[in-house]
Amino acid sequence: MKLKIEAAGQLTSGIRKFTLAPVDGAVLPRAGAGSHVVLEIPGPNRVWKNAYSITSAADALAYEIMVRRVEKSRGGSAWLHEHAKVGDVLEVYPPQNLFAPQRKAKRHLLLSAGIGITPFLSYLKLPGLAYEMHHCCKPEDETAFRTLLPSGPEATLHTSRNTLNLEALLKRQKLDTHLSVCGPESFMDVVLATAAHVGWPAAKVHKESFGGATGGEPFVAHLKRSGVKVNVGREESLLDAMEAAGLTPPCLCRGGACGECKLTVLDGVPAHHDHYLSETERAANNAIMICVSRAKTPELVLDF
Amino acid sequence: MKLSLKPQETFRDDYTFSNSDEAILRFPFPFPEDSYMYSVNMEPHVRGGASPVYNAMFDIDEHYVGDMADRAITLDQDPLRCQVLPHMETAEWDTLELLMENLANDYPEHFSLTKNDDEWHWINRPLDIDQKFTFGREETLPFGPFEYITRQVQGDFSLQDQRDNNLYMDGGMVTSQADWSLNFDVGMSFHEWHGPVPLAHESGVFDRALQYLLRMQCGKPVRRLNWTMTANPRLDTSPENYPLWGPEKAAITPENVGHRMCLRVELQTLYRLPRSNAILFSIRGYLIRLEELAKVKKWAVRMHRVIRDLHPRIAEYKGLPRYRQYVVDYFAPHDDGRVLNAGIGPEQDGI
Repeated sequence: MKLKIEAAGQLTSGIRKFTLAPVDGAVLPRAGAGSHVVLEIPGPNRVWKNAYSITSAADALAYEIMVRRVEKSRGGSAWLHEHAKVGDVLEVYPPQNLFAPQRKAKRHLLLSAGIGITPFLSYLKLPGLAYEMHHCCKPEDETAFRTLLPSGPEATLHTSRNTLNLEALLKRQKLDTHLSVCGPESFMDVVLATAAHVGWPAAKVHKESFGGATGGEPFVAHLKRSGVKVNVGREESLLDAMEAAGLTPPCLCRGGACGECKLTVLDGVPAHHDHYLSETERAANNAIMICVSRAKTPELVLDF
Repeated sequence: MKLSLKPQETFRDDYTFSNSDEAILRFPFPFPEDSYMYSVNMEPHVRGGASPVYNAMFDIDEHYVGDMADRAITLDQDPLRCQVLPHMETAEWDTLELLMENLANDYPEHFSLTKNDDEWHWINRPLDIDQKFTFGREETLPFGPFEYITRQVQGDFSLQDQRDNNLYMDGGMVTSQADWSLNFDVGMSFHEWHGPVPLAHESGVFDRALQYLLRMQCGKPVRRLNWTMTANPRLDTSPENYPLWGPEKAAITPENVGHRMCLRVELQTLYRLPRSNAILFSIRGYLIRLEELAKVKKWAVRMHRVIRDLHPRIAEYKGLPRYRQYVVDYFAPHDDGRVLNAGIGPEQDGI
């Protein structure tokens, strides 16, 4: 669907927020808490597809998103920061949800860092949600993030991860609490490791993965059934490179979480960066999630 | 969509239910081939396709009025046929919106929905219902939102919550089931509620089906057909009421099998719900007496072959052994050994 940028503004030096509304005033598909949209972003030579959490979808008349400028930008976030302006029209795919709140939980513990706040902004709009939230940000961004959070005692802002005593926090939660975490990999790793350490069962914990699609060494993907060899550059994903070559591989979340884009590896060794494959599947090296994973060998032969 | 509804007909006691010629020809015959085995036979639920019952998002047919009256009787006798766990409230409203919008869109001569922000106006002409209510405010409806709307739509429904990488049956409206109990299954995980199904677990069908469903997207519903057989056109073949319908099964004879025995087909459709991220499962049942089915040559021939060659454990699970041979014998004279085309269509224009 075509959505126009109705409003745009800087939240922090590195985060820009956008309001996307239908060109013709139509009603948008409903977006539940935790949903994201995928935007098609025009680049100089190609189109980028990036997923962003919907922070608010009031009355289904507009979606609000926030975009962090990725340091080694793959292209999409750089364009949204430097070129996107009010009135621009973008192709947007209907919302999907890979991070819905656990509705059986009596209480929610929400932990986020940086841009990881975005899915929780939609959680906070759920009526009657019982929660405790801790958000970590850089000291210079404190004022900006303060405006996004409720002023009550349930939400705490930390300008250093050191002020967040994770172990104590996780130990004192009641049994009917569900932990949701979103932020950079390093942050989520620490939270999940601490939760496991103090005895949280895996079923009481879930995480959102985003921004994991980092670049790496270039390699060649040989798509055997298509009879095509695709060069995957340093700053693009295998999925992006295949799409740029005119192929349409299956995909959904574009963040290594949903499992939709799994392809069979016929030769070569994948470098797994996803959150979907099990340890056994990773070790077998015969499957790859093409949206985030890359290659340890100069060439990968894939069944596509 | 042009649709004429029959006046009241019954699905119990005197069983006045019957299919018109048009209803016979649009019956979703479930066997595309001469043999049957379980598979992950799911496909996108888009309008159109191999059967006319795919032409609407939720199919309404000539039996609508009697069907809904039978549901009301069953609910009156056993209110536990409709249950929704408290954390599914958002999914209830999702369901109400999905059903009302699609019925009004597909059958504007029978249903209409007008929205003014959260003030909604629903009209159901065949059941003579005119309801103004506030979306999201349960107290403005005579029942909970899920029960309210599923009392007005043919087929059983269940609501699945998605959590812990699994699906849980955390609600439903089940009054026309093939011998399973919502009251027993409510709260179960995907593999638990499929526990009694033979053969399919071992072949990994349920593992693959669950992975597929967990990734189902909003706006992209999927469907499959399932089937069983029922003695008499009875909707409520529940475990709770086995004492009522068990004896009817036992009363099937070679002489009455054509009239009393019915093929029961379920059009199963699944929808990801937008606000709750839950999955709505619709089990839309169709009944056809074997003597009605026999009016379509291709189906009569294929029924003979499928039932004759059915795996014994599937036959047992579907409750067929007692009268399976009668069914085979009933259709045998129709099977002249001809080669049948693949596909489920009747391949004839009239009866």
